[in-house]
Amino acid sequence: MALPGARARGWAAATKMAQTRRHAEGAKGSLSPAPPSPRAALYVHWPYCEKRCSYCNFNKYVPRGVEEAAMRSCLVTEAQTLLGLSGVRRVDSVFFGGGTPSLASPNTVAAVLEAVDQAAHLPADSEVTLEANPTSAPGSRLAAFGAAGINRLSIGLQSLDDKELQLLGRTHSASDALQTLAEARRLFPGRVSVDLMLGLPAQKSGPWLRQLQELLGYCDDHISLYQLTLERGTALFTQVQRGTLPAPDPEVAAEMYQEGRALLREAGFRQYEVSNFARNGALSTHNWTYWQCGQYLGVGPGAHGRFVPQGAGGHTREARIQTLEPDNWMKEVTLFGHGTRKHVPLGELELLEEVLAMGLRTDVGITHQHWQRFASQLSLWDVFGSSQEVKALLVQGLLLLDHRGLRCSWEGLAVLDSLLLTLLPRLQEAWLQRAPSPGQGG
Amino acid sequence: MWTLVGRGWSHGRALAVWAAGTAQRGRLEPLPTPTRGAPAEFRAWDRLYTSAERKEKIDMSRFSVENIRNFSIIAHVDHGKSTLADRLLELTGTIDKTKNNKQVLDKLQVERERGITVKAQTASLFYNWEGKQYLLNLIDTPGHVDFSYEVSRSLSACQGVLLVVDANEGIQAQTVANFFLAFEAQLSVIPVINKIDLKNADPESVEKQIEKVFDIPGDECIKISAKLGTNVERVLQAVIERIPPPKVHRINPLRALVFDSTFDQYRGVIANVALFDGVVSKGDKIVSAHTKKIHEVNEVGVLNPNEQPAHKLYAGQVGYLIAGMKDVTEAQIGDTLYLHKQPVEPLPGFKSAKPMVFAGMYPIDQSEYNNLKSAIEKLTINDSSVTVHRDSSLALGAGWRLGFLGLLHMEVFNQRLEQEYNASVILTTPTVPYKAVLSSAKLIKDYREKEITIINPAQFPEKSKVTEYLEPVVLGTIITPDEYTGKVMMLCQARRAVQKNMIFIDQNRVMLKYIFPLNEIVVDFYDSLKSLSSGYASFDYEDAGYQTAELVKMDILLNGNIVEELVTIVHKDKAHSVGKAICERLKDSLPRQLFEIAIQAAIGSKIIARETVKAYRKNVLAKCYGGDITRKMKLLKRQAEGKKKLRKVGNIEVPRDAFIKVLKTQSDK
Repeated sequence: MALPGARARGWAAATKMAQTRRHAEGAKGSLSPAPPSPRAALYVHWPYCEKRCSYCNFNKYVPRGVEEAAMRSCLVTEAQTLLGLSGVRRVDSVFFGGGTPSLASPNTVAAVLEAVDQAAHLPADSEVTLEANPTSAPGSRLAAFGAAGINRLSIGLQSLDDKELQLLGRTHSASDALQTLAEARRLFPGRVSVDLMLGLPAQKSGPWLRQLQELLGYCDDHISLYQLTLERGTALFTQVQRGTLPAPDPEVAAEMYQEGRALLREAGFRQYEVSNFARNGALSTHNWTYWQCGQYLGVGPGAHGRFVPQGAGGHTREARIQTLEPDNWMKEVTLFGHGTRKHVPLGELELLEEVLAMGLRTDVGITHQHWQRFASQLSLWDVFGSSQEVKALLVQGLLLLDHRGLRCSWEGLAVLDSLLLTLLPRLQEAWLQRAPSPGQGG
Repeated sequence: MWTLVGRGWSHGRALAVWAAGTAQRGRLEPLPTPTRGAPAEFRAWDRLYTSAERKEKIDMSRFSVENIRNFSIIAHVDHGKSTLADRLLELTGTIDKTKNNKQVLDKLQVERERGITVKAQTASLFYNWEGKQYLLNLIDTPGHVDFSYEVSRSLSACQGVLLVVDANEGIQAQTVANFFLAFEAQLSVIPVINKIDLKNADPESVEKQIEKVFDIPGDECIKISAKLGTNVERVLQAVIERIPPPKVHRINPLRALVFDSTFDQYRGVIANVALFDGVVSKGDKIVSAHTKKIHEVNEVGVLNPNEQPAHKLYAGQVGYLIAGMKDVTEAQIGDTLYLHKQPVEPLPGFKSAKPMVFAGMYPIDQSEYNNLKSAIEKLTINDSSVTVHRDSSLALGAGWRLGFLGLLHMEVFNQRLEQEYNASVILTTPTVPYKAVLSSAKLIKDYREKEITIINPAQFPEKSKVTEYLEPVVLGTIITPDEYTGKVMMLCQARRAVQKNMIFIDQNRVMLKYIFPLNEIVVDFYDSLKSLSSGYASFDYEDAGYQTAELVKMDILLNGNIVEELVTIVHKDKAHSVGKAICERLKDSLPRQLFEIAIQAAIGSKIIARETVKAYRKNVLAKCYGGDITRKMKLLKRQAEGKKKLRKVGNIEVPRDAFIKVLKTQSDK
């Protein structure tokens, strides 16, 4: 597995020229996948962090020393193996997530991208995103990632309040974050996203909105808003449990979300998904693939994928997960070429359920055409048109079902999980009652 | 009767069943520790296989009526009833002195908390005094007014009682209730002041209380220390001197009172009987005056205190009888047994058990239904006074509506389910049986009676169709240190009680008598009383019939839809506070939904309380990318499944927990 940096840089250099702001059209046109298709998105998981954040229960490890060369080689191998297995001919986007992938060396990123381009085609205008932490990504390093082929950055800024950053266990300060953001924008204009958290213990709505307002003065064209979820096993969870921190108030979080999204709307952002806001068409095409139930490959410890293993003669989409623990994963990749721990075929109904639950997260929702690709015999009207319960949601103005398709209203998007508790059982029911047809699409 | 707990020496039987059949010994606090369990098992073994063969049958004919005394011991909890009984048994050689006889009886926690004395043992004591051998029958009584009927039946087999009063604590509410039961039965009362060895004992003052409250001359009190044995012999002598022998006739046909019965899984029902007339022996065919069923006697004997077979039992004597009865309902307390073809006038006062407190009982999880069913069956096989009706609630699923003699009876039953059968249950707030006197001719025709009892609020007839509603009332006795009198009176007033009487029983203690609506004391009265008096006030009550009451049916509405499970019958004066409390509890337990929910309490069309649950504005805003989808879908599907099981009132989903929180007995108010 020789990974000549020159070739990697070669791919990256070639793409430089082709990088245009084409994602405005992209989100609508080429991005709706037609499964099964020889195309896919690719996720690469870098499992290491400098330190543990107090809220994070992800698959991440704080290593004593990373043998990066071994890791790099395994990522490359697994990407090659899975691409071969999937029969994918074209990769539309790559996302380096973690962990803290900005701790990896640009060489590693370049090697993976090179391998992807070799095994399948990685068009020059593909979206290639790197998650970056402010402290681990000084400007020079960001430039090196750019040279390696990264063309979009997602910065884990989280807060503009140093006390809150401390509470979250982040290693950066607000000024670190703003500095990184400024450098990132200079290097990747129009292609920088920032994450902002809401609903922290003791956080008040007013100050948080002022943070968001302040952020609007610095940010690029993409913002993600996440509510803090207290996950079992995290330091924050324990502190709240013990009463040393107040439990976040769901009422206050609701207020932040509603006012925050209104503020972003005024600032020209489109809420294209429950947590994601973009202006000037800067939607993340990679994430869009998830919500449209396109195929994606997951490479790296604990990475998830969903694809049809066409290269191995498969016809059914599988949900796949790679071995979680990095050392074990590396052993498996070394031995077998991949570290897939589990692959479960997705039933037709299951896939439809995902199409429904994921599609409704987006502002365009599920168009009739999109639905037809997965359920040729059962239209959205068939499923939802006659249900009284669904009708009640339509009347309440939370949901819309019309000639375009099924989607949430502005109010409905905030309570989508509740809507799904009505819609999913309805889909199951309709599926069981459907006229048996041999040619059911899948 | 709830026999397993307190049947004195028959207790061994119950322990043997537990020991053999359950792996829960560790949970049976305060049931058998190894030292207690072992003799209990031994007793059971002994009785089962060898008692009849190994022991000589006693000839009871040598005890003539004039040498027989039948008596009970009655006392407030912890005043020393059991210790005195132990000493009497030792003195008469009935049980071995060297054995550790300290408080042979085990008690449930609830019994201690609630001031119930478990039944003392029924035992025949053989005692020589002044050259004559006497047969002294110590007859057990349950120690709480919930069981006042059983107490009265037990007392009707006696001619006298030992009224034990603690020299330190003095007369307590239960002492008073017990005294009047004995007094009404026209029994000789021997006051015994116990625990005179205690440092703070003040027997003189207690003597004065007894004079004042019971009108018994102070010099009739016997001052003892049952613990140390001081003066206990004098008690036995007083039994012989002051209690008359029973007035009975051996030559008349058999007339035997059943004053207790237990169920033994190997031998069937064991009835404790007192013979008022005649003789009974093995092979006799006997008839129950109540059921008219005929049974053949397999075994008779005396309780010594274990069952000791005898050839015959004679008039005036007390013992047990086994006659192939398969169910305790075939030997109900108060029933009269007579010989086949020789019918007699039944002894007066028989009543079937009359439940006064009802509660719904549901398994926490419906999959536990069958286990709970079997546990309830096992418990009620020994307790025919619990009425069991299958019931089902839209919210709580399949369960039962159980009727109990009183609150304590209910708590004992529930605690035994938990402790002995490891069954966790939802017990709904207890209700009382209301009555309505009907005026509507049509309803009278439907019910075929003018006065109906309402157990289920759904049956509550409209006001326009009744002349009046009635509610059960009790006469409550409270004895409290004077300093708490004000607070106690306020509590009673808040419970709609009417004061009947108030006397100082000594310089600083007051006895208050109130008529309480039973409904007002079934939930948390006892706890409130105890807490406002720092534990010093004692309370007891007795049935006092029914009184007119302005009852109303209160509906609980969710966005205008009536919640059937929560329909409540309530006194007009309490409607607002009860309605408000239910609305508040619902508000706290109803999850927010996609629309606003109005929770209302209403009487007819009039809204008397309201709470609002605001609409749900947003779900938890979590990211959802490639790695999150599987988990997210799993969570959504689980939630959707859970939602299917929710009870819907209109379009509002009400989780079972919300009903439980509203319906469940609230002990901490």
